Amino acid sequence: MSLAHDAPIAVRPAAGTQRPARTWPEINNPAAWIVAAVLVIMPLIANGFFLIEIFATTLILGIMALSLMFLAGYGGMVSLMQLTIAGFSAYMIAVFGVSGNANISLGWPWWLAVPMALALATAFGTLGGALAVRTEGIYTIMITLAIGAAFYYFTNQNWAIFNGHTGINTVATPHFWGVNWRADIPFYYVVLAVAALCYVAVEYLSRAPFGLALQGVRDNPRRMAALGFNVNAHRVAAYAFASFVAALAGVLQVWNYRQISPGSVSVSACIDVLIIAVVGGITRPIGPFIGALIFVLLRTFALDFLVRLGLDGNRFRLLIGLGFLAIVFWSSDGVIGLWLRWRQHQGRDVSRPGGGHRHG
Amino acid sequence: MSRFVERHPAWALIAIIAIAILLWLIFAVWPPGLEEAIGRKRVFLNAVFNGITLGGLYFLVASGFTLIFGLMRNVNLAHGSLYLFGGYVGYAISASTGSWILSFIVAFILTALVGVLLQVIVFRRMEGQDLRQTMVTIGLSIVFADLMLWACGGDFYQIQTPSWLIGPIDLPLITAVKSSGEPVYLRYPLVRLVILAASVVIGIAMWLALNRTRIGMIIRAGVDDRDILAATGVRIQLVFVLVFAFGAGLAGIAGVVGGTFQSLSPGEDIRFLLASLVVVIVGGMGSIPGAALGALIIGLAEQLGSVYIPTYAIVVTFLIMVLVLTIRPQGLLARR
Repeated sequence: MSLAHDAPIAVRPAAGTQRPARTWPEINNPAAWIVAAVLVIMPLIANGFFLIEIFATTLILGIMALSLMFLAGYGGMVSLMQLTIAGFSAYMIAVFGVSGNANISLGWPWWLAVPMALALATAFGTLGGALAVRTEGIYTIMITLAIGAAFYYFTNQNWAIFNGHTGINTVATPHFWGVNWRADIPFYYVVLAVAALCYVAVEYLSRAPFGLALQGVRDNPRRMAALGFNVNAHRVAAYAFASFVAALAGVLQVWNYRQISPGSVSVSACIDVLIIAVVGGITRPIGPFIGALIFVLLRTFALDFLVRLGLDGNRFRLLIGLGFLAIVFWSSDGVIGLWLRWRQHQGRDVSRPGGGHRHG
Repeated sequence: MSRFVERHPAWALIAIIAIAILLWLIFAVWPPGLEEAIGRKRVFLNAVFNGITLGGLYFLVASGFTLIFGLMRNVNLAHGSLYLFGGYVGYAISASTGSWILSFIVAFILTALVGVLLQVIVFRRMEGQDLRQTMVTIGLSIVFADLMLWACGGDFYQIQTPSWLIGPIDLPLITAVKSSGEPVYLRYPLVRLVILAASVVIGIAMWLALNRTRIGMIIRAGVDDRDILAATGVRIQLVFVLVFAFGAGLAGIAGVVGGTFQSLSPGEDIRFLLASLVVVIVGGMGSIPGAALGALIIGLAEQLGSVYIPTYAIVVTFLIMVLVLTIRPQGLLARR
């Protein structure tokens, strides 16, 4: 039986119907320009804590969720292993590069370790994807979740490469041209540049022939096969691209925390990425970044907030879970969907219901 | 079975040879050369028995999962939470009343009630929307995990084994022969054998109920085509609620079993969710015999793996899943 026609339920009001063929959608949208400008001058506004702990972390998580959004929104494949791919790439940086665990790390310079980690993580994700496309729809969730969980338990058990449950600490970060690229402001700009690049790439790809074919495969694989498209090849290629994006996020993440351990690739962290993407909305590339911002703000301030309300501050995950349930119950398109509905409700004479766009 | 042999003579031959070697390894007295090569027979036999009993536990968890999936197309990713909930309930009952049997009954009833509530309040509202249902179960599993962490804390709990089941018994399997010519028999904990026997009985009872009773007929028809079944006048919603309650209750029972011969702690829910995922992927979605076969394979692979290649044990399990997905994506015993 084919589950594919059920698969993109959360995705239905997606491209094609709602957005007519556009060239560059954000060019004449003032809100997008304002957000982009604010992001660029952020170091003038925010101090180190906000810059790294909130905005850089948001962008990194947003990139991971963006890779999931690409797969789920355009390919109809909900993959729970995007964080695993990012974690794999982070581990590879730690293993090939320089770290505190000299018996494991090979001590390569960063400009060798990064391409190696990206290539290996992309290969890993592509292989996983090739496995997952052998089945369809909800089976994909199960298989990718199984891959993610297996990787988590493997990193816990394996001491030769992954250093067991202690993980790899004090991972070196790049220094060149006289700049410490892990200092707050340069690192923020690196993250921002990568995020913008990934965002533009996903936006571009969604309107390139490949992305259109992928959306066709999502909506009706049988028809696309009859038209002569190789359905599985398109899906595997989508996994390859998404894996590369996730791998980039993994590199940034290991540089951000300077360490990697099985806790960072645990199953609940894998599910967090799905939550971020779904809460933000998986029909547009901006959704994951909004979801990530909400998630990071909640994670950082929920404790204080809950304590102030007289509740137990440790119930952060309960809050996240309930919020996720509410979003899944009431809006199939996440926060963006709610926003769009509200806009349409406000004034039906607004000709373009796309004002919620921001530039990542 | 015979059709399988006719269709795939090579695979059948390989399977028969593998089973024959396994049986020989279990029953024969090992020659000294073999003991030198792969270690003592007692270790091997213990691993095999641990694997089979673990397979029994996995079967209890996975059969409920696969039953719910087969009928309702609902991938219940909160199944691990139901397992852990059943375990905590069982612990509370057995600690307060001291009765092991009673803890099974109460755990079954309470988790079944949770299952009924889930089906009536949540899943009925989004019937036919597989992906949305799965997302909801993910959200529920997060909420449940945090609620249970709140209520029970992060400690390890172990359910007290009843006194009449404590202690090992001798099995009629020779592990070695002493120099005096006297055979040494395998000693194995009785409680594990009882649990294994119970899961076999439950499995057979489920198979009989599915294949020999009217409600079983309805469920099998629902697995094949629930729309037509509903059109023939069967009260399909009632069947859904019953099946969900039964599947959840099985997870609750499995929680008590797992709490008795392993332990309960936060994180076990994910472990058993993963186990049931892999078991049903290997065995075939929606198939009870498939869940039994998958549970046996995964249980054995996990235990033998952890004895002979300790740091790569999880990889063996995973490789089995990959192998099955490449050769037979629908699972070993699935019909479609």
